[in-house]
Amino acid sequence: MESRVCLFLLRPVLAPVLVVALGGCSWLHDREQPVYSDSEPVIKPEIERRTITEANIDSEDIEVGAFAGVMSIEDFGSNVVAGARFDYHVTEDFFVEGALGASRAGKTSYETLSGGSQLLTGSQRNLRYYNLSAGYNLLPGESFFGGKHAFNSAVYLMAGVGNTEFADESHFTVNAGAGYRFLVNDWVALHLDFKDHIFSSDLLGTSKTTHNLEATAGVSVFF
Amino acid sequence: MNRAGEERGCRGRLHWLAGVLLYGCALAAQAADADYYQVRVAAPYLELHTGPGRGYPVFYVVDRGELVDVVKRRTDWFLVRSARGKEGWVKRADMELTVSPEGAPTQFSEAGFGDFSRRRRELGVMAGDFEGANVMTTYAGYYLTRNLSAELQFSQVFGSYSNALSATVNVLAQPFPEWRLSPYFLLGTGVIRTNPNVTLVSEQDRNEQIAQAGIGARWYLTRRFILRAEYQNHVIFQNTDDNQEINEWKAGFAFFF
Repeated sequence: MESRVCLFLLRPVLAPVLVVALGGCSWLHDREQPVYSDSEPVIKPEIERRTITEANIDSEDIEVGAFAGVMSIEDFGSNVVAGARFDYHVTEDFFVEGALGASRAGKTSYETLSGGSQLLTGSQRNLRYYNLSAGYNLLPGESFFGGKHAFNSAVYLMAGVGNTEFADESHFTVNAGAGYRFLVNDWVALHLDFKDHIFSSDLLGTSKTTHNLEATAGVSVFF
Repeated sequence: MNRAGEERGCRGRLHWLAGVLLYGCALAAQAADADYYQVRVAAPYLELHTGPGRGYPVFYVVDRGELVDVVKRRTDWFLVRSARGKEGWVKRADMELTVSPEGAPTQFSEAGFGDFSRRRRELGVMAGDFEGANVMTTYAGYYLTRNLSAELQFSQVFGSYSNALSATVNVLAQPFPEWRLSPYFLLGTGVIRTNPNVTLVSEQDRNEQIAQAGIGARWYLTRRFILRAEYQNHVIFQNTDDNQEINEWKAGFAFFF
């Protein structure tokens, strides 16, 4: 214990001081290697460095999950949305994500007020999207629950492109948003995501850019 | 069988079942222990961080000479478990300062540039411009040799007046596979299904043949990741006898393995 405290205190100290101080720690003394500065070793051991292959260590860079929440489809009200996500963590900062989602549009105000008229048929109200995004862990850190529990978490930003199928049309869609990842343990994560799906639509006569905001909660596991 | 015998038989079966279960658990525990790779700390100490990132604080140090289990890896961080049961994350550079239990130096592999020039398969996505329309492409490639690869591309085109889906087969030649920024040439053919926007015009879907030649470049980024950009010049052999020429520009990213 004492040795560890000793090490902790010494960590910020400059390297030469560290060497001198370590000499003082008796437990290390007998492990110190003699230094031959003026002569080459007679026998040079040729040790081949052993590469630890991926098969030996479980690599968990892939995250697969499901989410559900609310999506506001412009002019068609707020509706339930559900989907699946697939993430690959490239570095500790960056990740890429592929997501699929589905929702069903409600009625426009016009349809509700006019009584019987329908802008879209039943199957045309289905909205499906897929997208590919890049993400950046802007604020990695820890979240504290009570006094004894700390969980790893991150606030991240995302942006990407994709396709939204709505009213029998395919729409090129740009998405941007932010999310919060909360790791319950090493391999289970909870997510809160806010995203804007932006595409242009001429459904109501004139072509316009629509913003379709989505708020979801989800769970995912690392593989 | 009388009642007592039945009870005995039942108890016997229970014992047998419990025995199997215990043995199974013991085996599983043994397997779990044996599964982890072990390394010995060779530097004065090994720092364990609370999370897999540079900002997470060090909460524990393992002393020199102690053995640790390597539980898993996430990006360039390793979750290790000390003999005292402390679990924490260690960065790859620190892991390289450990030795095997027998004392041999270790090296933790990173998919590097060497793997890039020897890659066999590639999966990627691209987005860009298809003669004024938006296009999204996913593709899968297989390297026949270091210079030559075969590729399947699936594209979705989002136009103002029509949408289209295309599937093409391409052959890619890369003369300099060992360059970090490696150019390539592309030649291929396929089919394109054009679907006019129903709200504007009432036309039938069209299936037509498409052929293309292109040029592009891959740029090795990091680990198993590459950026890729390309230009393709397409000719659509239209059913109405006149050919349509299309310029397509797109860029995206890909994994290789």
